[in-house]
Amino acid sequence: MPEPRLSLRGVTKSFGDVQVLKGIDMDIAPGEMVCLIGASGSGKSTLLRCMNGLEPVDDGEVRLDGVDIAEPGFDLTPIRQHIGIVFQSFNLFPHMTAYDNVALAPRRVLGEDARERIEALFARFGLADHIRKYPDQLSGGQQQRVAVIRALAMRPQTMLLDEITSALDPELVGEVLDVLRKLRDDGMTMVLATHEMAFARDVADRVVFMDQGVVAEEGAPERIFSAPERERTRRFLASVLR
Amino acid sequence: MTRRAAYEAQQKRRANLIAGVSTALVLALVVFLVPLAPGWEAVRASFFNGEVFVRVFPDLLRAFVLDVAIFAWSVPLIFGLGLAIALARGNTNPALFPLRIFGAVYVDLFRGIPVVLLVYLVGFGIPGLGLARPWNSPYIWGTVALVLTYSAYIAEVLRSGIESIHASQRNAAICLGLSERDTMRYVILPQAIRRVVPANMNMLVALQKDVALLSFIGPVEILRQAGIFKSLLANFTPYVAAAVIFLCVTVPATRYADYLMNRDRDART
Repeated sequence: MPEPRLSLRGVTKSFGDVQVLKGIDMDIAPGEMVCLIGASGSGKSTLLRCMNGLEPVDDGEVRLDGVDIAEPGFDLTPIRQHIGIVFQSFNLFPHMTAYDNVALAPRRVLGEDARERIEALFARFGLADHIRKYPDQLSGGQQQRVAVIRALAMRPQTMLLDEITSALDPELVGEVLDVLRKLRDDGMTMVLATHEMAFARDVADRVVFMDQGVVAEEGAPERIFSAPERERTRRFLASVLR
Repeated sequence: MTRRAAYEAQQKRRANLIAGVSTALVLALVVFLVPLAPGWEAVRASFFNGEVFVRVFPDLLRAFVLDVAIFAWSVPLIFGLGLAIALARGNTNPALFPLRIFGAVYVDLFRGIPVVLLVYLVGFGIPGLGLARPWNSPYIWGTVALVLTYSAYIAEVLRSGIESIHASQRNAAICLGLSERDTMRYVILPQAIRRVVPANMNMLVALQKDVALLSFIGPVEILRQAGIFKSLLANFTPYVAAAVIFLCVTVPATRYADYLMNRDRDART
């Protein structure tokens, strides 16, 4: 097995008295697409935020390409361009056009006027006509696609996607999931927290079911969805698939 | 016309009628009742003397240019210093802790002293050190007093704006690899400054009026000029004229700022 892109060992995280992550071990191979599923509050989002250091972990290791980024005091700024994150609530900068949202970080961090590359990304994801619009002039699905483009413009090797379709109207979910399919075809390493079970079953290489801060069960999507081994996985799937 | 539209049109006619009648009533009361007051003739002669008004108005307008000039060169200094203080108060670098303390003390001190007191203290006190010309000018030290007071207010307004920007904006910027400095400059500050424009317009209107306080330490600006005319003509109308001139500037300025804000918002939605 090649060296994992991301490797977590014994990761714990508490907010006040509540321990949200209770010792997570996980390896993510280059090019792998991993879906985190589980009830709200199971620790999916927190785990993603620990993977890029947005939330500092209390204990344990988070290795990105072999480097332990969870080391207290580690300067995360240089590694952040290698690991993109997209949030549930888009978090576009409302005072900038879609193009400027995307172009800011390449210009300031990479010192690059990435105009052609950015225009190509907008065209690829069907937003060429919206490149000069402000976030408030775009639909939720369009805003979320701009947010994905903004992360991609930094040429990350890994993408973290935190329930990126949960704030969208049902008819807009498809256009954002199509973007993820394209990224998967590119061989992007992806970890996504999601409630889209059909999508996870369809495209994930591996599904990780989280429950109360631990990995309760993981495996290939066909197996997890059709023959879960653990009782609590069965119960969760029964409740979301009805 | 739909039933709803007909109903709304009728409601609107009714509302307009009531508003018109009540406005006319209030105006009639003011116009007919105030002159019935026993002292009205004396007040009209000493505050609303048309002849005096016409005579002093051009000179007051000329004196007002000085107010505008003091205002104009104070504003960039106030905003520059206010922004510096706001950023100093918000920094978390332990090496810059003294700067943070300085910012807090600065705001407490200069926001806590009445402007007129500071104008006296700085305007008379510092030239009293025996400074040579032109460094003893009341224009310089009067401006300094205004800048000290108003930058303390503006710093607090800006700080509240910065703190009102949701943490998710900062997170998004940091996760793209932007430095703290670039995050502040390109993501947080532009949004924060837009958000506090109405509050800052309030401050500018207040400043425009407080420039008149410099009359106490020497400059013959509009308030002092009005005072000179009052003594000369034994009439208070110059003060009313000065008030009219102030209103002619502050009212359109605030309306124009509202217009700019609305246009800016419409462009982005």
